[in-house]
Amino acid sequence: MQDVKEFRPTIVAFCCNWCSYAGADLAGSSRLGYPADVKIIRVPCSCRVNPLFILRAFQRGADGVIMAGCHPGDCHYTSGNYFARRRMTLLFSMLDYLGIERERTRVEWISAAEGAKFAKTMNEFVATVTALGENKRLEDLRCKK
Amino acid sequence: MQEMMVKRAVELLENGTVDRVLGWTTGEFAYDMTPAVFRSADDLKNGFVYNDFCAANLSKYLIKECVAGGKILVFLKPCDTYSFNQLIAEHRIKREMIYVIGIACEGKADIDKLKDMGIDGITGITAKDGVYTVATIYGDATVKATDAMAERCLSCKSKKHMAYDELIGEDGDVVADCGRFDMVEKLEAMTPDERYEFWRGELSRCIRCNACRNVCPACSCEKCIFDNPGSGVSQKAAVNSFEENMFHIIRAFHVAGRCTDCGECTRVCPQNIPLHLLNRKFIKDINAFWGEYQAGENPDAKPPLGRYEKGDREPGEFGGVQA
Amino acid sequence: MKKLSFAKLNEFFAAIAAKEALYLPVNNNVGKAEFKQWSEGVELSHALNTVRSAKDFFFPQTENLMKFKMEGKSIEVSDDRAECEDFVVFGVRACDAASFKILDSVYLVDPIDTYYKNRREHGTIITLACGKPAETCFCGTFGIDAADPAGDVTAWETPGAYMLRANTEKGEALLALVADLLEEGCEKAVAEAQAKTREILSKLPLAGLSTEGVGVGMTKELFDRPEWKTLSESCLGCGTCTFVCPTCQCYDVRDFDTGNGIKRFRCWDSCMYSDFTLMAHGNSRNSQVERFRQRFMHKLVYYPDRNNGTFGCVGCGRCLARCPISMNIVKVMKTLGGKN
Repeated sequence: MQDVKEFRPTIVAFCCNWCSYAGADLAGSSRLGYPADVKIIRVPCSCRVNPLFILRAFQRGADGVIMAGCHPGDCHYTSGNYFARRRMTLLFSMLDYLGIERERTRVEWISAAEGAKFAKTMNEFVATVTALGENKRLEDLRCKK
Repeated sequence: MQEMMVKRAVELLENGTVDRVLGWTTGEFAYDMTPAVFRSADDLKNGFVYNDFCAANLSKYLIKECVAGGKILVFLKPCDTYSFNQLIAEHRIKREMIYVIGIACEGKADIDKLKDMGIDGITGITAKDGVYTVATIYGDATVKATDAMAERCLSCKSKKHMAYDELIGEDGDVVADCGRFDMVEKLEAMTPDERYEFWRGELSRCIRCNACRNVCPACSCEKCIFDNPGSGVSQKAAVNSFEENMFHIIRAFHVAGRCTDCGECTRVCPQNIPLHLLNRKFIKDINAFWGEYQAGENPDAKPPLGRYEKGDREPGEFGGVQA
Repeated sequence: MKKLSFAKLNEFFAAIAAKEALYLPVNNNVGKAEFKQWSEGVELSHALNTVRSAKDFFFPQTENLMKFKMEGKSIEVSDDRAECEDFVVFGVRACDAASFKILDSVYLVDPIDTYYKNRREHGTIITLACGKPAETCFCGTFGIDAADPAGDVTAWETPGAYMLRANTEKGEALLALVADLLEEGCEKAVAEAQAKTREILSKLPLAGLSTEGVGVGMTKELFDRPEWKTLSESCLGCGTCTFVCPTCQCYDVRDFDTGNGIKRFRCWDSCMYSDFTLMAHGNSRNSQVERFRQRFMHKLVYYPDRNNGTFGCVGCGRCLARCPISMNIVKVMKTLGGKN
């Protein structure tokens, strides 16, 4: 059973309920493929994602974490994604400062109409993280199976 | 200085302006001063001390003192007044309950620096004309005050008081080229692998004593997320490298935009971790991303994470940092 | 008494390390001493003491206890402790060596803590007498002689060589292992080194610190003293003093949800923390005054009460050097007890 397995990353995608989650739905109903490595967590708004969520995702085994929300200006709650954008800008910069690969984190704005963009983004992100390999720098060995 | 402070404190206590005084009291070895509350003229005359080793930022104690009521006199150094303003902005202390005497500061000494010079068995320290004469059981040593100055004071951002009711000594100016971001820039210029190694080397010493958090004037939550059993992250120990990273990233993030760069976190760290380099990275980023902002400068300013611009940069644009 | 010339120190380390893991104080990247495993090229620190105490070897900050794995309705429980192999620690000071006895009195009495006992049995301690004690030292107050530390082997630094004396069978065995590096020792050189250290000890600012007013039977006398309030007023409630302390022995047992099972571990706890001894009904000590009092009453009264007058402090001075606000056991003893 211990064959050399091809590395498949675990990707956590925080998707806002109003835009990106619906975008994922549209990608599905349009039969656009994206890898099953992406685990979607639905949040009411991208603003709900606090920095600890991102870190906890890495702790529990994510190799890459992406946050997707409504396009700036289109937030269901008017301005949530603007605040989220500032927060993630700072957090990603800090992770980079600590020497954690900057390609492991990403933010993308995907509307409910952009099923194709959702699929494309996820395909790209999975490819990037696959190329990076396993998350070693922000891993918690206790959580390894 | 000390005499003037005691004299003024006694006056204000006796004329009823305040009912207690927040200052520093004597230690065992001439360098271990403890923050203390004085309630009488006698207490002040017998116990009040002010010297280059009174490094503690007293502003955080005001949270507790304001809950207790009455009117409090507090002595604040220029950097402490930024924390003071920030606490006012966050409604953690009440301006009308506090009488601030601003005290000029030429930089505080770091006892670790003296010890690193091999000065042991210290029995007394006297300061005169910028030189410390350190009496030890092995003989006397003289050290220039600047050689023993705390790291944070060497890159002091401001000698100007942001708030006070009266001043003892001259008010200074904001220091334009303080060089406080030099080390952050050095790190940014490293490769990610070097940065990773640097931070592993530093953060792996963490013993999770929470001193950095507890001393921080910006960390004023009633219950910290790391103490909340329901949060899933309430660990009492930095069990592994992940926990060390998580604790320090989140600690710094929670005060991002609110940290005044007073440097207390680094001062108190028993393991000498340069924690201010995390906070300063956030400050530098905030300045670069959304315009110059100094927390505590103006209590009415809107915090950078509490406002936005439509054209803000996108996450993942790192601006000149080595990839 | 054996003699190890300075020139042979490296060979001595190498010979021990060839058999089992050897730890010694080494200067870290900020120039402070910490215990690290020896390998070729690692140099012994000349600092008086390590920032963290040597209790880490027997009572580490965190330790796995067991793990649970859930499959359907069954729960599999397994022992998750790390295997412990023989190890040697070089350069432990008298204060830390004395602290092991205090930890033993807690962990090696019924019910015996098998995790601790296991480590204790596997460890051999080579102590090093102090040559240049600091102003923060007050081990003498508790009857500890910095010039004659306990341990399996005691070492003294004398001109040109270490003098080594085996105190236990484990110590004899260790010295036998490196017998070809050793020469016959010199009692006189040891006596001279001791006299020098003791002279310095007598001049330390805390040399006269007495335990008058604290100790056995003082609970009623001290518990309600008004000074606790002023003493604790500036305490930040951080865990620095407890975590650098060689005798602090409290721990918490925690469960960590790994996402695919539960790991139960224990980690140091601090009586200074607001959730220390937190129970279903709430906390038994709600204010910092009570928590602060607990720490010092434990070291100075409760522990001596139950251990024939032995104090729960060894005077290493770490808390004096490390407390962010410089409040410490010496100030407490002076305020509550005798004036010296």
